[in-house]
This record gives sequence, structure tokens and C-alpha cells, in this order.
Amino acid sequence: MNGSRGRVRLATVWLGGCSGCHMSFLDLDELLFDLVPRVEVVYSPLADVKVYPEHVDIALVEGAVANEDNLRLARTLRDRTRTVVSFGDCAVTGNVTAMRNPLGDPQAILHAVYVEAVDRDPGVPDRVVPTLLPKVLPLHQVVSVDHFLPGCPPRAERIHQVLVALLDGRPLPDDRDIRFG
Amino acid sequence: MAGPIDLNEAAERELQARSSRSCRIKVCCSTACLSAGSGATRKAVEDALRARGRDRDCTVVPTGCMGPCSLGPLVRVEPREGPSELYRSVGEADAERIVAAHLDDGPAAGDLALDERLPFFTSQRRVVLANAGRIDPDRIEDYIAEGGYRALEHVLHRMSPSEVIDVVKASGLRGRGGAGFPTGSKWALLAAADSPQKFVIANGDEGDPGAYMDRTVMEDDPHRVLEGLAIAAYATGARQGYIYVRAEYPRAVERLERAIRAARRYRLLGRGILGADFTFPVEIRIGAGAFVCGEETALIASVEGRRGNPSLRPPYPTERGLFGQPSMINNVETLANLPTVILEGPESFRSVGTQTSPGTKVFALAGDLRTTGLIEVPMGITLRRIVEEIGGGVPEGRSFKAAQTGGPSGGCIPARHLDTPVDYESLRSLGSIMGSGGLIVMDDTARMPQVARFFMEFCREESCGKCVPCRVGTVQLYGLLDRICQGRGRPEDLELLSELCTVVRDTSLCGLGQSSPNPVTSTLRYFPQEYLDLVRTREVDRA
Amino acid sequence: MPDRRGVLELSLDGRRLNAREGQTVLQVAREHGVPIPTLCFLEGLSTWGSCRICMVEVGPQRVLRPACATPVVEDMEIRTESPRLRAHRRMILEMLFAEGNHVCAVCVANEHCELQSAAAQAGMDHVRLEYAAPQRTVDATHDRYVFDPNRCILCTRCVRVCDEVEGAHVWDIAGRGESAHLIADMNVSWGQAGSCTDCGKCVTVCPTGALFVRGTSTGEVRRAPDVVVRLTTARREHQWLPAGEGQ
Repeated sequence: MNGSRGRVRLATVWLGGCSGCHMSFLDLDELLFDLVPRVEVVYSPLADVKVYPEHVDIALVEGAVANEDNLRLARTLRDRTRTVVSFGDCAVTGNVTAMRNPLGDPQAILHAVYVEAVDRDPGVPDRVVPTLLPKVLPLHQVVSVDHFLPGCPPRAERIHQVLVALLDGRPLPDDRDIRFG
Repeated sequence: MAGPIDLNEAAERELQARSSRSCRIKVCCSTACLSAGSGATRKAVEDALRARGRDRDCTVVPTGCMGPCSLGPLVRVEPREGPSELYRSVGEADAERIVAAHLDDGPAAGDLALDERLPFFTSQRRVVLANAGRIDPDRIEDYIAEGGYRALEHVLHRMSPSEVIDVVKASGLRGRGGAGFPTGSKWALLAAADSPQKFVIANGDEGDPGAYMDRTVMEDDPHRVLEGLAIAAYATGARQGYIYVRAEYPRAVERLERAIRAARRYRLLGRGILGADFTFPVEIRIGAGAFVCGEETALIASVEGRRGNPSLRPPYPTERGLFGQPSMINNVETLANLPTVILEGPESFRSVGTQTSPGTKVFALAGDLRTTGLIEVPMGITLRRIVEEIGGGVPEGRSFKAAQTGGPSGGCIPARHLDTPVDYESLRSLGSIMGSGGLIVMDDTARMPQVARFFMEFCREESCGKCVPCRVGTVQLYGLLDRICQGRGRPEDLELLSELCTVVRDTSLCGLGQSSPNPVTSTLRYFPQEYLDLVRTREVDRA
Repeated sequence: MPDRRGVLELSLDGRRLNAREGQTVLQVAREHGVPIPTLCFLEGLSTWGSCRICMVEVGPQRVLRPACATPVVEDMEIRTESPRLRAHRRMILEMLFAEGNHVCAVCVANEHCELQSAAAQAGMDHVRLEYAAPQRTVDATHDRYVFDPNRCILCTRCVRVCDEVEGAHVWDIAGRGESAHLIADMNVSWGQAGSCTDCGKCVTVCPTGALFVRGTSTGEVRRAPDVVVRLTTARREHQWLPAGEGQ
């Protein structure tokens, strides 16, 4: 299962979310040092890698699937990853990212935001930014997900607990602290 | 009116009046035939008689359902002497021809004749529907002439309440609303309740798609329901009755109102019934369009004028029901069996049907059959006989695929179980239920996931929203089925579908929710391949 | 010899226990420290029995019954935990999360929410069902309180406390099935509801963040659902607080 020099190939992915889960990951602080010899970060917003690599062991996926880029990346990472973890409430439930869903058609929302509510140069951005999906979806409604780590953000201890279990090849503890929000 | 009515005398008077006419022409004016144009047929028959100056000598009788609804409008000519003749598809233009055939010795209208020796008729056994299609339901005299209210008279004058309950228990009669609870035991529970005020309620809130058994009973023989209700009241000590009818049945309401007025006039309801010390007023309560109000606790809430939500049992209605008093709800078809149970005795009643499901059952036979309509069959008859003999089988070139009993609360029964006897236990063992009597036959063009989706849509619409598993579960089940039917389902959706079915069945508050997964579980059980094909190939919805 | 009338014996998760006639399974379980999750049930109010997460297995056939509404009987065999019960409870919770718009991260009741903690206890780490994402409008017309129907689970605690304890009956349910929703008076906005006494009992008993005090921010809600028992007991027993000690 392990990649180069016996280290686990870890990816962290940032889909439609605020990156708060990644911040919480960084809150592992000195515990990160313990992880360094065990993992190789092969893809992450914290590392400058453009293409999602092949043969990833574990991916922590933050954020909901909100646009076509998210959807494409979700499918790619599923294809290339052994264990996919929905990382934080946006990936698990849609959370804040999905709060646009009750409002309906994203075009109407974009219009309200970029045309009706602005004084200068009204216009919906249509270049560079990816097209929004009709509905924001939790990750598991798009690809199969192996583990769920809810929280907004998941606290650092919880991230550590889950990550270490996965690295050890142990099942996630039953009594783990599950809490949304 | 001075004394109580003498039923013998009234019947005699009516029969004499009939025998003074040379001919009675019965025109089916039940809802199905009316929608096929029997109103115009009736008028055409009357015109034809008037044109011959025979309108006083020949009576036109608007009746209830004669049975083969798909062949309407139906007309039966009953001459005083000679055999009667039944005609099918009698349009306005055919009326003159039929009248001419019988009154002017014109050429026989053999092309329209419907042979009553066909299995459609001979395989049936009409008890509840004995008068349907034969009497004018708006005339109490017609009912009395057929022996009506004799059972009530008998129990009031010759039986104690507990004797009546013993007879009903001995008859083995079970509730015809669907669950099949023993009627006598239910009555005994109410009789045992100690309260100065008790209620009996006739449940006419039938609402399964495609089912019209109860409507027919109420529309075509309303006095039979009233008589059964009065017998129930006498036996249980109830002193007030209600008939709960859904608002979508305006003709049933009208008929029952007229029947109640007539019965009061003859002192067959109200105070001092038939000269006995027995007072029993009956009122009609009209539903507001909710299927769930057929569930007894929701029905009680609705009769009280509250929102039709089911409530927790215990307490059961026989302990604390309508207005907090001991109450009992019987389906109208159950009640319509009682005059026969009393007059013919429990042994005679038990001689029809099976050991555990005695008597007959009315079914609304619908779907892909040559002949559809309202039928009454002895319990224990096989599904095959209903489909092949009574319904004439599925149309040429097609084959039988499945039959759905019990409507949205029931399940489908595939061809390999066609020889199953129709009784409460056998149907349950197949994952369906007897239900109130909906029976829909599907040929090989039916697609079972779509059928399940149809019934789930119904349950989703009809959920009252009180308990979570039914309120949300039916929405989720419908959504999943829709996704699967549209070919967007994933293989793991089938697992979720099954789990949802189990949870909704196990944890819903009332029968509506608990039984709502039945169409899904039974189609999954008998036709799993159709679901698998849809999720594997993502086939596009053809429906 | 002690009076044994009305005392019966039953088995709760394999333990033989005594209970009193007239008690419910839930009461007996709570007396003996056996946790059974509940949402619509609230001590002091009538039993509604709609949330169905308190289901327990009864008898050798393991029939599912709501603990809140099932009276104990002699020799009853009750199981409050099993893989089936856990799976069912979890599914019912998933249904509730899928039905409304529950966004814990921005909810006034975050970390003080009975739905949230029930989900945590049930091990519900994600919702397999499709989110309905209904469009529901917040009613902020009342001077003191806000009703956010996005978070309402239709437990009817507010309906019952208003009717049974306050005696005002401001709240009720309108619509059926998935359209069922809470209304004030004859379907007017809360601020227009003339029968509302502004007492706030509904806000106090709400298990989620659907009813809250105006101006409350994320996670700031504090509930005191036991106020119902204190009030009803005080009324029954004529226990009134000395002057100055009232809230």
C-alpha cells in the first residue's frame, strides 16, 4: 500500500469549501512532525501540484461538490485513490456551500449577485470560473466515499485520531466523536 | 306515524304493486354506467315506453351496480312472465330496439344480450351485493321487499345483545376494511366497555386507487349498511351512530341521507325502533379528502372535527374513542354482511369461504382484463379463477404478469402464485394483503418499478405528516424509485431502497405508513431483475 | 409486608426490574438509567409519539414499539439496544436531516441541539438520503422571537406547550405529508398572532434551533425544557417561589 520509502501517499483536496478544514489540519501543530515520516503529501492546496497523481493511498477531501471543476476532480481522485475521506461538513453534508440549494437555479442567484446587486459593470462572470452545478452535493452523492469525518471544521484531535487509524490500517473507532458543526 | 312498521305488510304491498306491472326494466345507474351514458339510456327507455303508452304498465328501475362495469351501460329486462334478459353497452339508440324486442315482439336484440351463464356471473357469490343492480336504492320499499330490516327486527325482538355478539363471533366474520380483525371480538370489546355513551361508526372512507367496493355498497344498497350499523349498535350498547363517507362520493352521501330519512320515517332508525326500547340515531360525517382518515384513530379525529391525524394506540377506540367515549369502527362492507349473518345463521355464513376467512369478499376488478367491474366472490377462490374465469383473462396477445391486491398498502402477486386462494392469511404470506378489495391485473407490458413508484407517489401524497418515517420515508422512497425508473439509479440504491422499506414498515405510526412499502418490497421480491436491469444499464424511462 | 399492588416485574435489556402499573417503557428505562433517545417526547407534555426514534423491541417477537407511549405490562421483555434499533434510529435521524435545512455550523442551537446530539449518539456520520433542500422563509415578525422553519422537525413540542401549559394554542400544524408545517393562529405571521402571550415557552422547549430569542447568534441558544415539569408540578402542588426569586 505504501509509496516511496514506505510512506503513505496522502492527498488533501479542496473542493467547494472555505479551507477551514485545512486550517484545522494545520492545527495538528507538533503532531504533524510525527506524521512526516509516515506520509508523503502528493497533492494538496498546501503543495504546488497541478495534477492529481495516480496511486494515492489516502485523500482527505474538504468541501462540497459545487461546480464542474469540483465534479471532475472528485471523479479523478476517486479513480486514483484507495481510501477517500469526506473531510468536514461541506464534504459530508454540503453544509454552508449547499445553502444556495433551497434558492433554486444557480443562474438566478448569479444574476441577483452579479447583476442586480452591483452598481458598476454588471455581468455574470462567464470566463475562467467554472460553471456551477444545479445543486451543491455532498461528496458521497457523486463518488463513493470510504470514511466520513464531519465537523465545521473537524477538530484537530479528531483529524489526528482518524488519520492515525487509517495509517495503522485500523478501523475507525466506534466511539469516535461525531459532531456536525 | 302511529305504530311501528309491519315489515311483512310493507313487503307484501310492494310485491303486489310489482306484480301488477307486466315488465320491469332495470337500468344500471351506478357511477360507472352513468359515466358510460346510462342516464341517457334510461331516458330513452322511458321515452320508448311512453311512445307506446306502456309507461304505467312497465316500470323503469334505476338500480345500482350490476357487475361488469366495462360493458356498461347495462340494462336488464324482467318481464312478469318469462326469463329476464341482460343487455350490455346499451346506448341511447339501442333502447328503442330492446323495448321493441320485448314489448312489440320485434327482432331480438341478441347482439347486445349478455349471457348470465358466463363465468363472470356464475363464479360469483353475491351476499353483500345481493340487492345491488336489482333494487332502486332510493326506495326503502324495494329493500324491505327483499327482506330488508328483518334481521334488525329479529335481533330487537328475539335476541339479547350478547346473543347477537355470539352469533357474529360464531360466523367468523372478519373486518372487510383490510386488516381482517374478527368482527365479533371487536363488538365484544365495545360491549364490555362501561360507559353511558358509546358510538359505532361505519367506515366508508375507501380511497385506494381503482377501488370502489364501499362506494357501491353505500350507493346501491344504503339500507343494508344502516341495518348492519343498527344491529351493531344494539349488540354493543351504542346509542349513536355515524357514517363516515369521503367527500369524493357525493352520490353515496346523497343516497345515505335519503335512506336515513326514509328509515326514520318508518321508525327503523331514531327513537323506539320497530316498537322496541331501542333508540339509535345515525348521522353522516363527510371527509375532507384524506386517505389516512380511513385509519380508525384518524377517522375519529375527523368525525370530531379535528385534523385527521392518526393517534397512538393504546388506548384503543373501544376503550377511548370518539369524544373520549368507547367507540367502534366497522367497514361498510363488514356491516353489510350482518343482515345475512343474522337471518341465515352463522353456519350458513361459514359454509361459504374458508375456515379462517368465511364469507365472501367484494373486489373492484380492474386492469388488463377482458371484463372488469365489481365482483363478489367466495373467499378461498383462487386468484386464477378471478383472473381467467371472471375477468376473462388478459386480452389476446398479452400474458398475465401480476395482480396487485390491497392497493397502495398491498403487494403484487406474480403468475406463479395464481393458484393461491384469496384469503387473509394466504395473501399476507405472499407479501400482499387482502386490503379493502382493490384488485388490479397487469399484463406483460407492465413495468414493476414503475408500478411501485405509482403507489409510492400515492402514499407520499396521502401521508398526514405526523410521524417521521412516513412523512419523510415516503418522499425518499418515491425519489429513489423515480431515480431508478429514470435509469439514473446506482446499484447501491437498491440496498438503500430495501433498508428504507424496512424502517418505514417497522417504525411508522399507523397502517398507512407501515404498509406503504408493500408495493416496493413485493415487486423487489418477485421481479428483482427489473430493478437490477434499471440500475445496471441505466435504461431510459419509457413510461 | 409491603403493598405489592400495581407493581409488576419485567425485563429491560435482560435485567429483571420492578415497575409500577401505568408507567411507560420510557419512564421505567429512565428511572433505571437506561438511555433511550427521544425528540418529540418532553416530560410534562402530552405524548405525541411522532418522531419514532424511541422505538424499542418488545416481546419474544421483538415487535417495535415507541417507548414513550407504550405502557409496561407484567413480564414484558424490552430491549432498548440492538443492531436493528441502531440502524432504524440512524435512518430516522438521516430522514430528519434530509428533510429540512440543518446547517449546524451556522445554527443558533449548535452544540445545544437535541437533533445534533441524537445524531452524534446514533453514530450518524453522514446522510445517505437525498437532501430535499426545501425553500422555507424565516418568520422574524415577532418582537422577541424568531421562527426558522428550516430547522423545524415538526415535533410539536411548541404546539403542545402553548396549548397545554400556556393555554394559548398559538401554534398548530397545517398541510400534510411533506407539506406539513408549523403555523401561528390561522396561518398568520407570528408577529400578527393575536393569541401569542410572548411567554417564550415554545422557545424554551424547542429541541433544535427552529425557535429562538431574537438576536441570538450561532451556538448561543440555551434551553431549559425542564421548565415544563417545574411549571406543571408547581401548579399541581401549589409551590410558588417567594417574591423576588422568580426569573
